[in-house]
Amino acid sequence: MRPLLDVQNLSAWFGKQQALKNISLGVNPNSVTAIIGPSGCGKSTFIRCLNRLHEEIAGAFLQGNAWLEEENILSAQVDPVSLRRKIGMVFQRPNPFPSMSIYDNVASGLTLSGIKRKSVLNEVVEKNLKLAALWDEVKDKLSQAGSSLSGGQQQRLCIARALAIGPKVLLMDEPTSALDPISTAKIEELINELKQEVTIVIVTHNMQQAARISDKTAFFLLGDLVEFAPTSELFTSPKDERTERYITGRFG
Amino acid sequence: MSSLSEQMEHTFRLRNLKSYCMLAMIVLAFVVSALPLFAVFAHIIKLGFSALNFDFFTKLPAPVGESGGGLANALLGTAILVGIASVIGIPWGVSIGIYLSEYGKSKTASVVRFCVDMLVSIPSIVVGLFIYELIVIPMKGFSANAGGVALSILMIPTIARTTEEILKLIPAHVREAGLGLGIPRWKVTLFIIVRGSLMPISTGVILAISRVAGETAPLLFTALSSRFWFDGFNKPIASLSVQIFNYAISPFEDWQSQAWGGALLLVLFVFVVNLSVRILLLRTNTSKGKQI
Ligand SMILES: Nc1ncnc2c1ncn2[C@@H]1O[C@H](COP(=O)(O)OP(=O)(O)OP(=O)(O)O)[C@@H](O)[C@H]1O
Ligand SMILES: [Mg+2]
Repeated sequence: MRPLLDVQNLSAWFGKQQALKNISLGVNPNSVTAIIGPSGCGKSTFIRCLNRLHEEIAGAFLQGNAWLEEENILSAQVDPVSLRRKIGMVFQRPNPFPSMSIYDNVASGLTLSGIKRKSVLNEVVEKNLKLAALWDEVKDKLSQAGSSLSGGQQQRLCIARALAIGPKVLLMDEPTSALDPISTAKIEELINELKQEVTIVIVTHNMQQAARISDKTAFFLLGDLVEFAPTSELFTSPKDERTERYITGRFG
Repeated sequence: MSSLSEQMEHTFRLRNLKSYCMLAMIVLAFVVSALPLFAVFAHIIKLGFSALNFDFFTKLPAPVGESGGGLANALLGTAILVGIASVIGIPWGVSIGIYLSEYGKSKTASVVRFCVDMLVSIPSIVVGLFIYELIVIPMKGFSANAGGVALSILMIPTIARTTEEILKLIPAHVREAGLGLGIPRWKVTLFIIVRGSLMPISTGVILAISRVAGETAPLLFTALSSRFWFDGFNKPIASLSVQIFNYAISPFEDWQSQAWGGALLLVLFVFVVNLSVRILLLRTNTSKGKQI
């Protein structure tokens, strides 16, 4: 299968410090790819390169290529703002926009780029809240503040908001690490269903989670991609000794 | 055994004693800090309340020697001066605040921040002198405009710093979430970050307004004063604070009483504004409490 997103020789820096070293990795369409590795190994940096949020940090820059279909999304010619409409992101902490209603949160990606037609917006909001498995819980209170929801609901609201602009790829940076087990289970279930709609790259600290939801897993260590394999393979018969030590919890 | 329980009894009594001592000290501290406020309040009410009649709010000052009359022109004048100051000071101050919070890491920004901090502590009479040089002398006359500009300069630093502090409360990942939706940074700043903070920003603005409404020194040689109704933006204009000043130092008992009335009104205004802002903030804070 030809990868939807093909990363080639990606390196990234924060000033003088190199955070990613020559990463190459292909993400198949309608799959879930998990990124695992110890804290500080560059997982967040990796996915933040893919939607070019990395370069928003002062002194940060990157090198390499990443092909999304026919387009090299890391090239200087590509406008990061329009790229981000194709590659959405969900963050570690739920972050509904301050004093914005549930409805406005989901619609914000459209309204702030000039789409004001009420009928279009209504449809998009309903569809994506349903996709994010939140519709039934909020359909009667769409005008309430997004921040009035529970943490887990807020995170699903953020997923709906990211989906509403119709991205091809959804990046998720430890989306459940701030949530309780029940909310976590709901989001895992949701990720499984969202595969039909988008291609997902998810960073997680939780290896059971990676094993449960992902098709392929990448193990990062100190900015290197150590191993990238189908999830079942990586967890049952890792090829690299460092991977084995990490997944069996025997890591320094 | 019994000696142990005796000892415990002893410790408890000691603790109780300490606790009472602390309580007494806290009450004392409260009285000491609240006393000046209550004393001022009581005194102003005692002397000012009798002056607040219908004429006070509706009539022009009576000519020298005659009793009666009111401060209606001064009330209106203060409103106009504060209005001019707001038109200039609010957009200016809020813009500086946005700049400082969203682009505040550069060298230029730290220079701006330093200037704003300096401006906060410059005595208001100096601002008045400055405007006198800058506007009154070239325009050859005291004017409402000059007074409004002087007040606006006093508003800008407070509005700028509160706006900055309020916007900084929003975590960086909220801005990144906006950028991540393919929204340009300026739109994220204006339509997500600033719009989401309009409530607390406006409370900061209201506090700044209540602060300048009672300013006297910068008006003395900018807006001057007037015994007549508002007569145009390039003419001297009456204001409550300057009128209080003029009446208070006059030899007439009637005027002195009206000065107290004006003072009472100013204090009431500040009191009501502060109280309502606090209630407003309390409400928004509790409704935001659930945000992680
Ligand atoms: N804003 C930044 N400025 C400078 N260095 C940074 C910044 N963000 C991350 N780094 C550095 O880059 C490296 C990779 O960080 P990254 O956040 O990608 O790690 P991570 O794998 O996501 O870790 P975690 O699991 O703790 O989230 C780390 O060494 C970190 O110190
Ligand atoms: Mg991370």
